[in-house]
Amino acid sequence: MPIVRTLPGTVPAWQETVSREDLRNLCLGQKERGARLVSLWGSDEGEETFVLHLALAVQEGLCWVRVPLPARDPTYPALDDVFANANRLQRATHDLLGLLAQGAADGRPWLRHDAWPPDRFPLRKGEGGEAYPPRVREPYPFVTVSGQGVHEIPVGPVHAGVIEPGHFRFSVVGERVLRLDTQLGYTHKGIEKRAESLAPAELIHLAGRVSGDSTVAGAWATAQALESILGRQIPERAEWLRALWLERERLVNHLGDLGYLCNDVGLSAGFSLFWALKETALRTHESLVGHRYLRDQIQLGGVVRALTASDCQSLREECVTLEKEVYRLRDLLQEHAGVQDRYLGTGRVPPELAARLGLVGLAGRASAQAWDLRVSCPTPPYAQAEVRMATRTQGDVAARVAVRFDEIFESLRLIHHFVEHLPSGPSHWDDSPPLCAGIGVGWVEGWRGEVFVALEMGARGQVRRWHPEDVSMSNWPVLEHAVQGNIVPDFPLINKSFNLSYSGQDG
Amino acid sequence: MANILSEILRHGLRSESFSWPQADLDTWQQALWQRFGRALVIRHVDAGSCNGCELEIHALNAPQYNLTGLGLRFSASPRHADLLLVTGPVSRHMEEALRRTYAALPEPRWVVAVGDCGHDGGCFGESYACLGGVRRVIPVDVVVVGCPPTPLQLLEGIWRAVTSARDSTPRQPE
Ligand code: SF4
Repeated sequence: MPIVRTLPGTVPAWQETVSREDLRNLCLGQKERGARLVSLWGSDEGEETFVLHLALAVQEGLCWVRVPLPARDPTYPALDDVFANANRLQRATHDLLGLLAQGAADGRPWLRHDAWPPDRFPLRKGEGGEAYPPRVREPYPFVTVSGQGVHEIPVGPVHAGVIEPGHFRFSVVGERVLRLDTQLGYTHKGIEKRAESLAPAELIHLAGRVSGDSTVAGAWATAQALESILGRQIPERAEWLRALWLERERLVNHLGDLGYLCNDVGLSAGFSLFWALKETALRTHESLVGHRYLRDQIQLGGVVRALTASDCQSLREECVTLEKEVYRLRDLLQEHAGVQDRYLGTGRVPPELAARLGLVGLAGRASAQAWDLRVSCPTPPYAQAEVRMATRTQGDVAARVAVRFDEIFESLRLIHHFVEHLPSGPSHWDDSPPLCAGIGVGWVEGWRGEVFVALEMGARGQVRRWHPEDVSMSNWPVLEHAVQGNIVPDFPLINKSFNLSYSGQDG
Repeated sequence: MANILSEILRHGLRSESFSWPQADLDTWQQALWQRFGRALVIRHVDAGSCNGCELEIHALNAPQYNLTGLGLRFSASPRHADLLLVTGPVSRHMEEALRRTYAALPEPRWVVAVGDCGHDGGCFGESYACLGGVRRVIPVDVVVVGCPPTPLQLLEGIWRAVTSARDSTPRQPE
């Protein structure tokens, strides 16, 4: 029988320890009951042991599975045949810590390119301290497709637009994509090593910079984990303000992406109209909290700035204007035959494929994967706000655009609700509780999808292990399927409709 | 089509004029014209940023900033560019790509390091995975700090770079 330990905090979560012999059975059983793999990572526990960790989303909440592994044989049975998204997670865990998934279908490195040798593992204790380990260059074995008329198009890491770096290898016949193989990891910054021994405030600061467009979600998830370790709730007003900022983050990101989704089909007027709205909303943030992207607004025990009544009023007014404007833009896109022609049926991920590959977040919802933490596993204040989840079944660019529009309107409703009924009281703890050792999780529905954080603090209140997981890690492989059979010029459009994070997945 | 036109007309011109101590719009445009006789062409490289700095570079394309009117243009290729805008602490996995992109820019070329990360690695610092700033890899003319720097701060940095008196001998990174 596994040992089960319930974790304190707002996220319903518990921890089970199982032996590696029982791991596969546990996963198969959970999968049978509908579980999904949220994250997989490892830790060096010293004293000749490693631990493999898994986070599974199940009906009742989040199950954190620990699997102790001996240092002389840090291997475990591969799980990529059970959970498709385990593939890259297993490879990343091997690159960083040397835990090997035996029997895995894909044994290529993932996060390690040439910055450290294959027999060095930066996340092991005592490793990674030396500034620059020797470089070892080995070519990445891309998947190739052979046949008459097949050729390859290599793209990246530096792309034509202002976007993050990554390498895409297209195998094409004429204009049609037969296969896409992606190599990410270019922005690997070693954040998990960096986090070790940080104090709570510094950790939250770093957490807001894992993926720059999800700063509220990242900081909130990490703060949630810290607060659960300290065993204290934050004031009600603080919960509401965090949710308010999370919805504002969703709003501005959706506005910007919809602009680019116009741009990518040649509708530059649409781009300008959406970006004019986004810029206005960013300036509102600047005037309310002093930062256009709401960075560093979340602190341990609450939020930095309490809003005044007139702040709330201006937010409410902005909601009304934005709602009108976005409705007009939605009609504009819907009536535009050229736009619809490019969107409909493009980059399709049918629901069955999405379920098999574990697609989640906004892209998942566009392929009928009805999961939104704000609805499926709500923490305050979402439980009271009765969020309406946006879903579609077509799974194409048009569906992802439709989900974004729905989510904008829902976020506007929520923002209105939050400022209208904002509870009174403090917006942060007025003392700092004594730091203590412990483990905790954070789980927040960012604009792109869930942001998960697993945290272990040491006795002196410093980080022992912090593992953030952006939904991008699980969703990137699905993009490779979404482009199959599409034409190369549609790739930017399909890519943008997902808009996955490179930095968030590279760590 | 009519809908798009009426929407554009309804919104009207959104571009704003701005100025900072050293320059206003006219001086800026004159300086660019004198120096380049055409638009200033910019190439961006993300050398391991968190994507926050990119958000602000994108924001420069919002109609409020009227980038094209200002005489600035982003290029898909470094070979057409005058200025390289580099974000991020320079992850070691991007070092080679950054060097090669810089090498592809024709002389004279300018480099603006963007953000606290581009300056000295910011919160990511220097580690097994990060080099701790753009100047570790290529010569930098101007640093625009901030996390991320705002569009106006970016414009000011670009302005400082192209108006700075500088001899044109090729330089070494620090
Ligand atoms: S300076 Fe800030 S916004 Fe820019 S890349 Fe670094 S952490 Fe991100």
